[in-house]
Amino acid sequence: MTNYNFSSKFKHANIISITLFFISVILIIFKGLNYGIDFKGGTLIELRSNNTEASSIRDVLKNMDLGDVNVKKFGKEGDFLIKVEQKGDNNKIIPVIKKNLSDNLNSEVNFRRVENVGPKVSAELLQSGIIAISLSLAAMLFYIWVRFEWQFSIGSIVALFHDVTITLGIFSLLSLEINLSIIAAVLTIVGYSMNDTVVIYDRIRENLGKFHKLDISDIANLSINETLARTIITSVTTLLALISIFILGGEILRGFSFAMILGVLIGTYSSIFVASPILKYFKVSYKTIEKKEETIVP
Amino acid sequence: MLNFSKINVLIIYLLFIFIAVFSFLNFQNENNQLIKKKINLGLDLQGGSYLLLEINSDSLVKEKIQSKVIPIKKLLKDNEIDYKNFKINDYNLSLSIDNLEKFDLLFNSRKDNLVNPYIDNYRSYELEYKEINNNQIEISFSKFGLLTINNSALKQSIEIVRRRIDDVGTKEPTILQRGEKRILVELPGLKDPERIKALLGKTAQLNFRLVSDNNEFGTDELISENGEKLNISKRIIMSGENLIDAQPSIQNQNNEPTVSFTLDRLGAQKFGRATTDNVGKRLAIVLDGEIVSAPNINEPITSGNGMISGNFTFQEATDLALLLRSGALPTPLIVVEERTVGPDLGEDSIKSGITSLIVGFILVILFMLYKYKLFGLIANTALIANLLMLIGVLTILEATLTLPGIAGIILTVGMAVDANVLIFERIREELKTEKSIIHAFDSGYSRAKITVLDANITTLIAAIILFAFGSGPVKGFAITLGIGIITTLFTAYFLARHLTSLVVLNTKNKEIKI
Repeated sequence: MTNYNFSSKFKHANIISITLFFISVILIIFKGLNYGIDFKGGTLIELRSNNTEASSIRDVLKNMDLGDVNVKKFGKEGDFLIKVEQKGDNNKIIPVIKKNLSDNLNSEVNFRRVENVGPKVSAELLQSGIIAISLSLAAMLFYIWVRFEWQFSIGSIVALFHDVTITLGIFSLLSLEINLSIIAAVLTIVGYSMNDTVVIYDRIRENLGKFHKLDISDIANLSINETLARTIITSVTTLLALISIFILGGEILRGFSFAMILGVLIGTYSSIFVASPILKYFKVSYKTIEKKEETIVP
Repeated sequence: MLNFSKINVLIIYLLFIFIAVFSFLNFQNENNQLIKKKINLGLDLQGGSYLLLEINSDSLVKEKIQSKVIPIKKLLKDNEIDYKNFKINDYNLSLSIDNLEKFDLLFNSRKDNLVNPYIDNYRSYELEYKEINNNQIEISFSKFGLLTINNSALKQSIEIVRRRIDDVGTKEPTILQRGEKRILVELPGLKDPERIKALLGKTAQLNFRLVSDNNEFGTDELISENGEKLNISKRIIMSGENLIDAQPSIQNQNNEPTVSFTLDRLGAQKFGRATTDNVGKRLAIVLDGEIVSAPNINEPITSGNGMISGNFTFQEATDLALLLRSGALPTPLIVVEERTVGPDLGEDSIKSGITSLIVGFILVILFMLYKYKLFGLIANTALIANLLMLIGVLTILEATLTLPGIAGIILTVGMAVDANVLIFERIREELKTEKSIIHAFDSGYSRAKITVLDANITTLIAAIILFAFGSGPVKGFAITLGIGIITTLFTAYFLARHLTSLVVLNTKNKEIKI
């Protein structure tokens, strides 16, 4: 078993966490999130060409009065991703764009992917994404409340908020696209980070019952050390799998795996440095867990 | 925890083999399949088109409220209720009535009420009225009246969409209702959905109307196919409903593509009468408010067969015939969401998905061997079993595998070892205090049980929520993640535990390092 003194670093860690959290909130509010067409509406075209430059694609589209057009390289040489801003509930523009590109680029063009999301649907997708994340947080809150005590439940939720917000903050900072798969990643992060927290909480609860004389900081410290090997091994195997997706899984999964990698790192950190110290602020002691047993057994 | 009865062992391995065997079904030859079960590939992996269509029943409501004008006026007249200021608005009718009580009695009567029928399903009338001020009322459809109109329009639209898509002949299309206003269409293997979109984008309401300058029904000014302005009577001689067949054909004289049609008996009668009475006049063929052509009636057509020409290309004639055969949509359909993946991108996605799965798998296996040696081997055996079972369950459910779904499998590989890691670490701790090795393993398993369950249930909750709210590819991720958790628990707590017990019980008094 390791014997690091985590509790002595709780204070510093908390300051870092709070700072990062607020920077993230400010970034999300003022810089905003870079929503993809799933949530903003619009048209996305992925094409493969022999020899074309992004600038010549832009030139072809410039003459079409499409509004905001974004062209960027996408993976291999000659692969491009074109995003066209939403203009009304109209996807009749797609065949026109495709024809213009086929006719005017001096290259064979293969349209690998075409997506169009109308404004109504994108608003609904965003709404259901937000509902799904909120619901998952609420479900976790409830589950931990039932399995542990309310102090634990609040501690774990604060840690989850911390993880989700900072992950989104980094996405905002780097202007990475938020689409449906990022929502999936965020929900999985919620599950994963919770999983990590639960393992430590389980041990804290066990140790609270065993060592009545130790105060919560020492109990937390002991429990974190006892579970540290597991925490690291699981993070490593999960990260190995995720890095494999990130490098080899292709462009479409890159954002997803990046979000997950961030989430696993932040989630592992938060179960040690956010979820555990919070119990101290709630003055959790062995009495906290004993009370419950008294109420259950009359 | 280390004692297994023979029966338990038998059940565990039989269940494992039974489920794992299904995973091999995916590799069997297409032609000689014993059991026809297979994981389906999502559109993002096999290529194809996904369309979400939305009906808009506004125009239909306008039409329907107008069709109530004559019955309501008749009801008032028959019962000697005086009314004035009768106005037809877009979505309601307004009028002033003297005897509102009497009107109310008739309007909201359940018996033989043809004007305002009672809808039993919803316990509501089709129409409702509200008093605006003294005796002035506004009649409109009730909430459930609107719902009835919407639902029947949606059902009818799904039917017509199905006919049109079947007629084009794509392989295995999926056509489903989504919510109250939407139709989901999935067309695997379709490279370019533009033709289907064009076909679904037309309501294809066909009317035959006379060209005439003055007419008691009023006229519409429409532009003909060669740019002439024509006054077309509002009276519809015959509509597309009376068509029983339509086929593209080539006119012999000048090789022009045309559409020849066949009418049902009623249609043939109507058409025969109209053409007999109006020889020499012009008949406009109007499709969705636009003139297709306006030929002269040279002679009465009583056979019930006719032909539409209108400077078509052969493709246009084929599409028009298809639209006429399949019938008119009750309302226009709008494509509100569209996602098309080309087959080569799908192939690339499968390749990169499988590559990253294999690489991720090997990395995790090597790491576990390095960390736990012999017990790493057990965890890895459990991991391979887990993967086989996961694919087996997906096959049994004939689930749809998407690219995020493959990511879910890889993630399961990474997270699945967690259960065994939790248990092994616990055993390590127990070994420090417990003298008997068997006891240490035993209590290690039982003490870690709750933690393993708690930890996995949280991820399972996330997966369930994702499944409920996610769409398309993301749902595929939720499915593999969720099933992965269950197979993980099974393999860790039954297979790996049994293997561990074999090792521990056979090396009874020797040292065991974990």
